[in-house]
Amino acid sequence: MELFDLTALELGERIRAREIGVEEATRACLSRIEAQEGTLHAFITVTAEAALRRAREVQRGIDDGTYTHPLAGVPMAIKDLISTRGVETTCASRMLKGYVPTYDATVVRKLDAIGAVCLGKTNMDEFAMGSSTESSAFGVTRNPWDASRVPGGSSGGSAAAVAAREVFYALGSDTGGSIRQPASFCGVTGVKPTYGAVSRYGLIAYASSLDQIGPIAIDARDAAAVTRLLAGIDPLDATSVDAPPPAMPEGDDLSGLRVGVPRECFADGLNGEVRARVLAVGDALQALGATLVPVELPMLPYAIPAYYVLACAEASSNLSRYDGLRYGFHPEGIEDLHEYYLTARSEGFGAEVKRRILLGAFALSSGYYDAYYDKAQRVRTLIARDFARCFEQADVLLTPAAPTTAYPLGAHADDPISMYLGDIYTVSINLAGLPGMSLPCGFDGDGLPVGAQLIGPAFGESRLFAAAHAYQTHTDFHRRRPPEAGAAKGAKANGEL
Amino acid sequence: MASYEMVIGLEVHVELSTRTKIFCGCTTRFGGAPNTRTCPICTGMPGTLPVVNRRVVEFAIAAGLATNCEITRRTRFDRKNYFYPDLPKAYQVSQLYLPICRNGYLTIETPQGEKRVGIHEIHMEEDAGKLTHDPWLDRTLVDYNRCGVPLLEIVSEPDMRSAQEVVAYLTRLRQTLQYLGVSDCKMQEGSLRADVNLSVRPMGQTALGTRTEMKNLNSFKAIARAIEGEFRRQTELIEDGGVVRQQTRRWDDNKGASFAMRSKENAQDYRYFPEPDLPPMEIAQAWIDEIAAREPELREAKRARYQREMGLPDYDAALLTEEKATADLFERASALCGRPADVAHWLMGDAMALMKERQIAPDQMTLAPEALARVVTLVAEGRVSRQSAKEIFVYAFDGGEDVDGYVREHALQMVQDDGAYARAVEEVLARCAKDAESYSAGNEKALGFLVGQTMKALGGKGDAKKVGEMLRERLAR
Repeated sequence: MELFDLTALELGERIRAREIGVEEATRACLSRIEAQEGTLHAFITVTAEAALRRAREVQRGIDDGTYTHPLAGVPMAIKDLISTRGVETTCASRMLKGYVPTYDATVVRKLDAIGAVCLGKTNMDEFAMGSSTESSAFGVTRNPWDASRVPGGSSGGSAAAVAAREVFYALGSDTGGSIRQPASFCGVTGVKPTYGAVSRYGLIAYASSLDQIGPIAIDARDAAAVTRLLAGIDPLDATSVDAPPPAMPEGDDLSGLRVGVPRECFADGLNGEVRARVLAVGDALQALGATLVPVELPMLPYAIPAYYVLACAEASSNLSRYDGLRYGFHPEGIEDLHEYYLTARSEGFGAEVKRRILLGAFALSSGYYDAYYDKAQRVRTLIARDFARCFEQADVLLTPAAPTTAYPLGAHADDPISMYLGDIYTVSINLAGLPGMSLPCGFDGDGLPVGAQLIGPAFGESRLFAAAHAYQTHTDFHRRRPPEAGAAKGAKANGEL
Repeated sequence: MASYEMVIGLEVHVELSTRTKIFCGCTTRFGGAPNTRTCPICTGMPGTLPVVNRRVVEFAIAAGLATNCEITRRTRFDRKNYFYPDLPKAYQVSQLYLPICRNGYLTIETPQGEKRVGIHEIHMEEDAGKLTHDPWLDRTLVDYNRCGVPLLEIVSEPDMRSAQEVVAYLTRLRQTLQYLGVSDCKMQEGSLRADVNLSVRPMGQTALGTRTEMKNLNSFKAIARAIEGEFRRQTELIEDGGVVRQQTRRWDDNKGASFAMRSKENAQDYRYFPEPDLPPMEIAQAWIDEIAAREPELREAKRARYQREMGLPDYDAALLTEEKATADLFERASALCGRPADVAHWLMGDAMALMKERQIAPDQMTLAPEALARVVTLVAEGRVSRQSAKEIFVYAFDGGEDVDGYVREHALQMVQDDGAYARAVEEVLARCAKDAESYSAGNEKALGFLVGQTMKALGGKGDAKKVGEMLRERLAR
């Protein structure tokens, strides 16, 4: 079996059994990164030397019993908006080019504590604003299944890196679908945990009331292991919640599980092939003992406008601190303070970021607050009520992760609204603060992955992992991977066992 | 000229004397080299989050209870957005929609009797940093040490009608906060700042005039001057047929005049919205009760107790409790020596004179209660003369702690040797025979002079009472 056919937990097991060395696994990943990055560009920063040093250190820790976690020694990557002490953290923005945090995010401290080996920081839409990773100031990331297509976004770099097996799992962040949609486009498993499940301390904020850090992984068990590691209350994040960590999924018996199928999520605007593949997931779950129940989400049409008002409002405030005075980008030779601000923010931010800041500042401005921000908050409450009603009848909900499969680069370049509409199935979950998961469920006629979304009630991650794991026990979509990008056909892959 | 009245409301900011900042663990101590009392959180580094310091909420609730406010049971923070280099997040975490305390009042004394000044609200917020301009290098530097220091903003109703009422309200507010121990309220260090909102209207009119907001007021005296100045400016403007414009003005106390900073038309839009990084706080009744139960004795209660328990006249009790520092000193020294009346005498006499002379406020006094108690005891036990005691007191007032050592070193012990007294009396009677005769002839006043002369002969260290008795006996008529 080839190294890159393993999941993260399988690799971790072999590392702990001394069958594979941490440095060996790390070198194999670095070689794959080197071979594929010219095409994919999943990373903004690859910390090869630090990773090899860390690999040797972790190996010693595994040998002397310091590191016993199932993921110890497994190479991984971190989205470039999670603060890493001593490693540049750019949010894919010119504004933060050169910014090196002086502290680690809480999730990074947790990864360090179990002996994770981080290979670098992954590409993304600038400040996580986008659904295609095309708004990165440092160039697009390409989809490993088809390099002419986007990997999704905003965690497109993390999804592409895992799909192309440059790493075995990666951290992403999800504000309106930024983990689930790229996971769907790249054929990997992504989880947005319940709001408050994972500490946001060190996550550079886009929209504070919606942002969550989560894993992009090869399968549901890997995703569950990473979620268990990340979750927990943090005294540094007042919005984090003390809840028991989700359980590792075992077995494939789903009897008694009620799977809600929201009618509105299979209506107009959904690609026919995606619809068929996602409905087939329902059939598969039914075959494992689950029952399907029709449910309704009547507020769904209002989710996208409410989301864009609230997310942009919060973003307009969160991104105000980037004034060019203290770190990152700073314009030269300007004396006047007002002009300095104007230049720094005009030149430091890209078009999509500026669009959302303007939209958000407008929604909060005097005289418009009630009509936009306040109304959107009320819609948010109603959406949460919709879901509460659904979870009276169902234990999990099944929807598509996105209305389409990966689209060609530049497809939405002139029409941001059409791209916003692609978030239709994901944003409402963030508005309601619920956990959501995207899992591979087949391929369309072009050979592009299709993703299904499972949604749970707050802190119901265990149900999502159980259902997804049962499904993955009987399917192999999550095991399929694209041919190595940039490698000549027939060339021997690196790291064969 | 029509007769006008002024209508004044105050916005008072006080720094809370918590040990750490409002949203992080950095110290709140004043001073320090620039940017040394900071961390990633209070400097607003990307990705950091605030966590509320529970003591700040406790202090705010205590202030609310002491000013008769309702405590908002579900309170939360809001963001006030504006760009300025002293504000590293470009928003101040403050409270707009659900301030922690509302609808309170303080009672002040006016020449017309007691009056209530309404308190609209009290809210919690964080302080900003400080900009300093370096004229030599012609550049501006920023120090974030004050960033995140907890503040209360106390907003009064427009209930005051004169500068005297404003000063009475500020005095009462300061006393209350100092007695609670939630703030030291030092105007010089900026831990109490007041902005004055003032409008004028013809006597008898109920509608309010257009108000201005006055900033940069650094002392109660400046506030009183600014109020008089602004009242004059607005009435003259109206009398000349002009209109008052709603604007923020800056008081220049040296020039005795105010200058417009910005007007309503170009007022900033702060785009307030609920702070998403801090969940709303549910304030439990049990917590409020607990804070209420711990409320220390406030000024009026103390003033009454000094009269009741220590037998002090109201005037003395009022004077001693005016400043918490004085009252604390009084109580500690009295407890040590058991002579409250004597302690009060020293504090109201010599201590206040020395404060005036040295131009220091009561909370800047270095007089130790132990030293003060010792001076009182030495006098009471006849170990030093009153005259020497005055000298010893100055030593103690300036921070001297070893009172007995000072007495020894300067040989200020009361003369005990009867022979010395007798010699001094004889020497004075010989020298001042005329005055002795005058006394013997019935002139009581002459005795005082003779006592003074004898005391002088004893180097000021004699027991004046004893000297008087000896002289009386010697010159028995």
